[in-house]
Amino acid sequence: MNDHDPTPACDLAGDSPQNLSRRRFLQTSAGVATGALVIGMGIPLQPARAAGAAQMAPGTNVPAFLEIRPDNRVRFLSPFNEGGQGIFTGMAQIVGEELDADPESFIVENAPAGHDYLVVFGKMRITGGSFSTRSSYTTMRKLGALARNMLLQAAATRMNAPIGELTTEPGHVIHKSTGQKIAYGDLAKDALDLPVPDPKSVTLKDPKDFRWIRQPLKRLDVPEKSTGKAIYAMDCKVEGMLHAAVQHAPRLGLKPGVVRNLDEVKAMKGVHSVHKLDGAVAVVAERFWVAKLGADALQVDWQEPSAAEKAKIRYMPADFSTEAFTRQLMETKGDGKEAETHGDLKSAFASAGKTVSATYHSQYVHHAQLEPASTLARFNADGTLDIWLPNQAPEQFQAQIAKTAGLKLEQVNIHSPILGGFFGRHFLYPGANPYPQAVALSKATGRPVKVIWTREQEFLRDPLRPMAAVRFRGALDASGMPVAIEAISACEGPAESLNGHNPNKVDSNAVEGLTGKAYAIPNRRIAQVYVKNPTSLAYWRSVGHSMNDFLYEGFLDEMADAGGKDPYALRLKLLEGNDRLTTLLKAVGELSGGWKRGPFTAPDGSRRARGVAMASPFGSEAAAIAEVSLNAAGKVVVHDVWEAIDPGSIVNPGIIKLQAMSAATLGVSQVLMEQVVYKNGEPEARNYDLYPILPPDRAPRIHVKVVESGAQMGGIGEPPLPAVPAAIANAVSTLTGKRVRSMPLDKLSLAT
Amino acid sequence: MQLYVNGQMVEVNSDPDTPLLWVIRDELGMTGTKFGCGLAQCGACSVMLDGKIVRSCVTPLSSVGDAQVTTIEAIEADPVGQRVVEKWIAHQVPQCGYCQSGQVMAATALLKENAKPSRDEIAAAMVNLCRCGTYNVINDAMLDLAGLGANKGETL
Ligand code: FES
Ligand code: FES
Repeated sequence: MNDHDPTPACDLAGDSPQNLSRRRFLQTSAGVATGALVIGMGIPLQPARAAGAAQMAPGTNVPAFLEIRPDNRVRFLSPFNEGGQGIFTGMAQIVGEELDADPESFIVENAPAGHDYLVVFGKMRITGGSFSTRSSYTTMRKLGALARNMLLQAAATRMNAPIGELTTEPGHVIHKSTGQKIAYGDLAKDALDLPVPDPKSVTLKDPKDFRWIRQPLKRLDVPEKSTGKAIYAMDCKVEGMLHAAVQHAPRLGLKPGVVRNLDEVKAMKGVHSVHKLDGAVAVVAERFWVAKLGADALQVDWQEPSAAEKAKIRYMPADFSTEAFTRQLMETKGDGKEAETHGDLKSAFASAGKTVSATYHSQYVHHAQLEPASTLARFNADGTLDIWLPNQAPEQFQAQIAKTAGLKLEQVNIHSPILGGFFGRHFLYPGANPYPQAVALSKATGRPVKVIWTREQEFLRDPLRPMAAVRFRGALDASGMPVAIEAISACEGPAESLNGHNPNKVDSNAVEGLTGKAYAIPNRRIAQVYVKNPTSLAYWRSVGHSMNDFLYEGFLDEMADAGGKDPYALRLKLLEGNDRLTTLLKAVGELSGGWKRGPFTAPDGSRRARGVAMASPFGSEAAAIAEVSLNAAGKVVVHDVWEAIDPGSIVNPGIIKLQAMSAATLGVSQVLMEQVVYKNGEPEARNYDLYPILPPDRAPRIHVKVVESGAQMGGIGEPPLPAVPAAIANAVSTLTGKRVRSMPLDKLSLAT
Repeated sequence: MQLYVNGQMVEVNSDPDTPLLWVIRDELGMTGTKFGCGLAQCGACSVMLDGKIVRSCVTPLSSVGDAQVTTIEAIEADPVGQRVVEKWIAHQVPQCGYCQSGQVMAATALLKENAKPSRDEIAAAMVNLCRCGTYNVINDAMLDLAGLGANKGETL
C-alpha cells in the first residue's frame, strides 16, 4: 500500500467486531455515521445490503468494495488476495481507470467472505488458476464505472447541474460551464448512499482512452514490503493471545496415543497446556518459542487408525517410498481413459517410416512458500469467531470452519492477510491447514490462539504436486516429420485427489500440458491411467502443466532427433499457419540473439547448448529458450533463460514481466533440484537443508519479452513456468548427448 | 536482561536460550523480522548485530550481550538502509515480500561495510533465499547501489 496505516491489520481486531462491522461504508441504508470517517485496515467489513435485501450480482454492489475518504484516497476491498503476483495493484488500475481515480491513491485489502465477492466468472472466488484478472476484468471495470456514475449523480444534485454536463478528471467531478469542481472525497458520503445503478446502464471507456490500464505502474505494496511493515498471517496478534506449536503425527492418519512425558512438558516453564488434536499434539504457551520447545519434546505414542478410519482419510502406510512408487507408475500398464484424440493413431503407426518410444516421469514437489502456515482464532463474547489465516478462497474456508466450529456461516469472520508466497499452498486441503487446530485450541483454552507450523511441521503436512509417469510413442513419416503421438499418463490429478476419483472421467488437471498442445501432429491420443497416491496432493504453480509440458516437450525433441530435424525448426514447421505461436516462437528466438542449438564453446571456454520448449497454459502462450553448461562437479549451470509470453491482452506490463521472471525461476528450481523423497512413509526432508530450493548463485539471468497478440486475455501468474524446465532439460540433452527423461537434474549423473 | 534494539535499551525476560528472532517478534512485538526455517537456511530472519548480518533464528538471546541489534523496523533511520529501500522500490524488488526484510538487511549490512562492493562481493553477501524468484531484480538493485552501472529499471 502506498501509505501504511501505523496500526497493523490484526491488532485492530481487539476492538469489538460488533461495532466495526457496522461501519457505514458498507451499509446501504442512509443515516449511519459517515463512511468518510471510517478508518481501520483489515477490519471485517460486512458485505453491504440490509438484511433481507435481494442479493445483487457479484461485483456490482459498489459500497461493498469501495470507500472514498475525505482526503480523496480510495479504499478498495479486493476479491483476490495479494501474494506477490501484483493483483492489488492490477485491481487498482482496472477499477481506478473507470472510476477515474489515480490507482496510486488506492489502499487495497482483501475483502471478507461474502456473496458480493464471487467475481470469478460471476460465481466463485479463488485466488488461483491465474484467473484473477482475466475472469473479472470486465466486472471490475464496470464496478469502477458504476461508482463513477454514483459520484456524478451526487455531484449533479450538489452542483445543481444536469448530469450530462458533468465530466471527471482524476478524483474530481467537473462542471465546465460554471467552473465547479468537487473532489470525490467530498461527494462520497452522498454518492455511496445512492442505489447502485443498473450495470447495463454504464458504458465502459474506449481502450484507446486508457490512462492507467496497460501502463507499467509501480506496485502499491512494494514500499511496505521493503520496510518490514507488511502484515502476514504469521504476524497477526490480538489481545490476550496464546501461542501454539504442534507435533504432527509422522504419517497422516496416525492418532496420538499416550504422551509419555506429558507431566514433564506441562511443567516446562511458560507452558500453558498440552492438547491432543486430530493427528497432532499441541503445546500452548504464552510465547511461541516455549510452545515450540514443548512440542518438539513431546514423546507421543502414535497409533494406527482402524480400517474404517483409514478409509475416511488419506492414510500414509508405513512402507511407502517414492522410489517404489515411481517404479510402480513407470510399470503401470493399460491404455487409460482418453483425454484427447485426433485422427487415426493405429494406421498412422502402421504406415510410419519410423517410430520412437520412451517413458518419462516427474517427481513430487513442495510448495515451500517462505511463510509457513499459521492461523489465529478468537471466539468472541457474542459467539462469533474471528479467524486470520492464509487462504486463496475465503468463502470455502468460511464454510468449512463454520462446520468445524459448529457455527453458522455468518458467525465466522474470515480475515485474509497477504500471503508470504502461495503457489497453490493455501487452498482447503485435508490435514494441511492449521485452522482446525487453532479453532480447537481457542475453544479449549477460552483464549485467542495462534498456531504456527514450524518449517518441519509444514513440510510434514504440505500436500504435494502429483507425480506422473508418461509412456510416449511417436510415429514419423518418411521425411522425418511427426505424424502421430500417444501419451498415456499414470497419474492421480490434484482435483480427483481432493474431490474423489470418478472412474468415468479424466482429471483434466492431471493431463493438461499433454493435452492442448498446438502442434499440427495429425494423429494423437492422450490418456490417463488413474493410480491412487498415498500422499496428499495439491495444486502447485501451473498445476499439471508444471510437469506435463516438461514431459511432452522432451519427447518432442526425441522425435525431432529421430527424424533428423532441428527442434526449433521442427516446432516452427508444426506451427505453420498458427500466426500467434509462430510470432511467439520467433520472438523468443530473436530475444536469444537467434536460435542456435549447439553444443558450442562460449567465450569463457565452457561447452554449452541451448534448448527450446513451448507451453499453452491458462489461456496464455509461452516459449522459452535456455542455455546451459555443466560445472566441474557435473552439475547443470543454467546461464540464461529467454522467454516470450503472450497473455493476449494486458493490464500492467511491468508486473507481467516480473511475474514471468518469478514463475521462470520456480521452473528452474524444480528442474534442477526439487524432489520430495519418502522412505518408510515419512518425508526425508523436513526443512530447506534437505529440500533445497533455488539459491541466488544458481539463478540464471532471465530475459522476458511480453508479446501482446490481442487475443482473449489469459493468465500470468503461472503460464511462464512450464516451458522453462523443458527448455533446460532439452538443452542438457543436447549438451550431454544423453536424453533427460526425469527431474531433478541434480540427481542425474550427467558428466560425459 | 537488557538488550539494545534499534538504538533503545529494552528489558526482556525471555529465557536466555531463546533465539533472538522470537524475542524480537513475540516479546518486543516487532514482526518485520520473519520466520522462514528456524535453521539458518533461508535468511528471512536476518538482523544486524553491531552492523554485522546474523540469522536471528539461530542467535540465542544470551549471545547478544550489549551488541546493538538493528531490525528492519529501523532501516530507514540508517542512511544506507534508506538508500537500499529506495532502490528496492525503484527496481520493484519484492513479490510476496516475505523474504525481503532479510534481503534489505543483508544488502544494508554489506553496503555499510563496503560501499562499493564488486559483483563477486555482492554474490557472496546476498545469499538469502527467495521463493518468488526476485534474484534478478535484487541483483539489479545491488549493482545500482554499488554504482556498477546497473540497467536501472531495465526490468520494468
Ligand atoms: S528463519 Fe532464520 S534463516 Fe530461515
Ligand atoms: S519475495 Fe517472496 S520469498 Fe522473496
